[in-house]
Amino acid sequence: MPSPDSHAHPRFARHATLLALMFAATGIGGVVYGARAWMPELASRHGAGIDSMLTYLLVSVGGLFLVSYLALAYFIWRGGRRTAIGPRFASRRTERALSIALGVGMAIIAEGGVLAIGMPVWAEYFDAAPPADAIVIDVTAQQFMWNVRYPGPDGVFGRTEPRLIDDTTNPIGMDRTDPAGKDDIITLNEITVPFGRAVRIRLHSKDVIHSFFLPNFRVKQDAVPGMTPEVVFFPTKTGHFEIACAELCGLAHYRMRGFFNVVPPADFDTWLHKQQESQ
Amino acid sequence: MSEQHGFVRRYVFSTDHKTIGIQYILTGLLMALAGGLLATLIRLQLGWPDHQWLFLSRLLPKGMPSGVMTPEFYLAVVTMHGTIMVFFFISYVLVSGFGNYLVPLQVGARDMAFPFLNMLSYWIAFLAAGVMLASFFVEGGAAAAGWTAYPPLSAVSSAVPGSQMGQTIWILSMALFIASFTMSGLNIVATVFSVRAPGMWMMRLPLTVWSYFIASILGLLAFPPLTAAAVMLLLDRHFGTSFFLPSGMVIGNTHLTNTGGSPLLWQHLFWFLGHPEVYVLILPALGVACDIIPAFTRKPVFGYRMSVWCLMAVGCLSMIVWGHHMFVSGMSPFTGEYFSLVTLTITVPMTIFGVNMLASLWGAKLQLRVPMMFSLGVLALFGSGGFGGLFLGNATADMQLHDTYFVVGHFHMMIGGVTLLATFGAIYFWFPKMFGRMMNETLGKLHFWTTFLPFFTIFFMQHFLGLQGAPRRYYAFTAYDYLQKTRGQNLIISIAAMILVSSQCVFAINFVWSLFKGRVAEANPWGATTLEWTVPSPPPHGNFGNMPVVERWAYEYGVQTVDGDFAVQTVPSQIAPVSA
Repeated sequence: MPSPDSHAHPRFARHATLLALMFAATGIGGVVYGARAWMPELASRHGAGIDSMLTYLLVSVGGLFLVSYLALAYFIWRGGRRTAIGPRFASRRTERALSIALGVGMAIIAEGGVLAIGMPVWAEYFDAAPPADAIVIDVTAQQFMWNVRYPGPDGVFGRTEPRLIDDTTNPIGMDRTDPAGKDDIITLNEITVPFGRAVRIRLHSKDVIHSFFLPNFRVKQDAVPGMTPEVVFFPTKTGHFEIACAELCGLAHYRMRGFFNVVPPADFDTWLHKQQESQ
Repeated sequence: MSEQHGFVRRYVFSTDHKTIGIQYILTGLLMALAGGLLATLIRLQLGWPDHQWLFLSRLLPKGMPSGVMTPEFYLAVVTMHGTIMVFFFISYVLVSGFGNYLVPLQVGARDMAFPFLNMLSYWIAFLAAGVMLASFFVEGGAAAAGWTAYPPLSAVSSAVPGSQMGQTIWILSMALFIASFTMSGLNIVATVFSVRAPGMWMMRLPLTVWSYFIASILGLLAFPPLTAAAVMLLLDRHFGTSFFLPSGMVIGNTHLTNTGGSPLLWQHLFWFLGHPEVYVLILPALGVACDIIPAFTRKPVFGYRMSVWCLMAVGCLSMIVWGHHMFVSGMSPFTGEYFSLVTLTITVPMTIFGVNMLASLWGAKLQLRVPMMFSLGVLALFGSGGFGGLFLGNATADMQLHDTYFVVGHFHMMIGGVTLLATFGAIYFWFPKMFGRMMNETLGKLHFWTTFLPFFTIFFMQHFLGLQGAPRRYYAFTAYDYLQKTRGQNLIISIAAMILVSSQCVFAINFVWSLFKGRVAEANPWGATTLEWTVPSPPPHGNFGNMPVVERWAYEYGVQTVDGDFAVQTVPSQIAPVSA
């Protein structure tokens, strides 16, 4: 059998330099591109925790990405210049040490992030009892809108029955005989909350799976028919924000848009009053 | 074994693993063409959301009347792109195709353990591909609920047009696919277990064989739950059961009579397959790259034994992490923390494996031929894809990133890019063995540069679309104020995608031209060590004249023999010292 090119060829060296430059440029370019504020403006308390989780990952992973691409580039550049191979094998000890060091190192970076930063945020978000003064809102998703319901002055939601649902006259199936429902306030695609109180949203879906996504509040929760998941969060900014659907729900998924307004408490009362008038 | 057969038995209904492998590869490449064209349509829509493509309105009068894609066609295109690329391109070309071609040759067998089953598996696979493509032409168009087919969207025919007949055809095609893939996987496992040549101990197997072996076991364990789920979905759709449909659903003002089902059940069953499935695709990609690299560094791979153990560890771990696809699904948040921790455990073996690949370049005398360039691309994308996984496996970070373009970018780096580049690397590397001719080196290099750079650009940028909160499966990003600034990024991504797609013409031309006009290849053009290089190119029916006796492991590079600076696995220990 004829031997393949068995000596370093200037062609390989030139090409290796080019390829090494490409990988180095990719690594450096990637970090430069990534190192800016990409996230939508932050507007919730637990969101700060999510952002620090993401920042931790962006910084540590960015570093690993840069180092590994530069290492790849170096090996290619150097390898293209060799006329003979280096030692065939590393010693067993080197191999084992490298594996253990890297395995443990990665475990610390990856699992450490979850344990030290991630878990407390997760616990704060899911595990803490909702504050007593939280404003409770019922959101029922359907193709392709968000039905929003406030309990009204009595603070109690009226009964609903799926069999009473009629998309034009009774979109969430309110039981009109229930006195608690008389003062319920219903809006479409618009949630307004008073600044300074926690928000507690009970999610329903009438038809397919939707996902209630508030990019600025770092809130995302699937709305699943047959289930009533709840999200609790604390807005830290007033303003007008958008609600997006993040789970494929059909043709108009891409424009199942809603609005989320955080307003001063006085404005909230006015708004709520106005909504009640127009019911 | 030198039976003479007519044309049909030799090239069509053949039981020769090499013919079947090539059949799988060609079928898969044609499916890739379909999947790639669908990707082009997606990028046309996202890059230029309102542009009227008049020539396309003539080609696709129903999907793009007046030249702008309809949302129903867009969703069908997205669904079919994902389905075709995952199940009908990568699974066919890389897993079944190269698996069939390489495993018997590399373990020193005359054929697969069950040649007839092998032929059957190919023809069922062929049928599955045809059925899937046909679904574009039924009432309501192809399935449109995403490749993950979450019910109720996929279960109720009025939920989306693609959930009329298209979704049923999708399920039937998937059933055929699973049947075929199970046969093929069973065959690979049996072949590795039972027909290895004398002396081919498990710890002498090339990493390619190891990766196919473990991937096939994973496939066998993971596909049955999807089969069960598909049957249940079919029953829900046509026979009034309620496996995935709860009480009280109202779709389009129609009250459904179903009671008691759970949409989450599908997600659990789907991802119980879905997560191991990504390893079914990616392990062979890594295995193939691991075997290509030493042929061009001219030295043994680094840490072979450790790499094998890592493959096994990843295989085991991949079966218990599926819930990381469901962090915000409504599943208990406490399980979310469990799934985070075990998912991130996978980084340990994967890091060791990746670093072993990188360390294989240490001290190398690098020869940058085309298969090597693609393998280095595999290594690079495996790095960046794996790093993205650290974000998504982390439940806290995933709360913001779930179902955004970060996910799209991440899995395209992994099961899109690592597998695509490994497929190309494998084709350039084994083409001479398959067809007896070399592929053109210059065109191959051009193909590498025009594939890697746009590919990396597209999917790297998509991670940052995700950080900006751009949800996936959106027909356009025009409806939201906060997504307006993604407009320019989408344009750049679309332009890069057009370059990427066009660049594949270079590959197609090279492939066809080389089949007929390529330089004639010797038996061992790369000076590689595994058994397939000891037989003529292309190998005869039955592969080996005399059955090979294996004397050493698969990575005996850097030793002097009469052949050069390497010893193939059959070279006895008297001629060159045995390392393993």
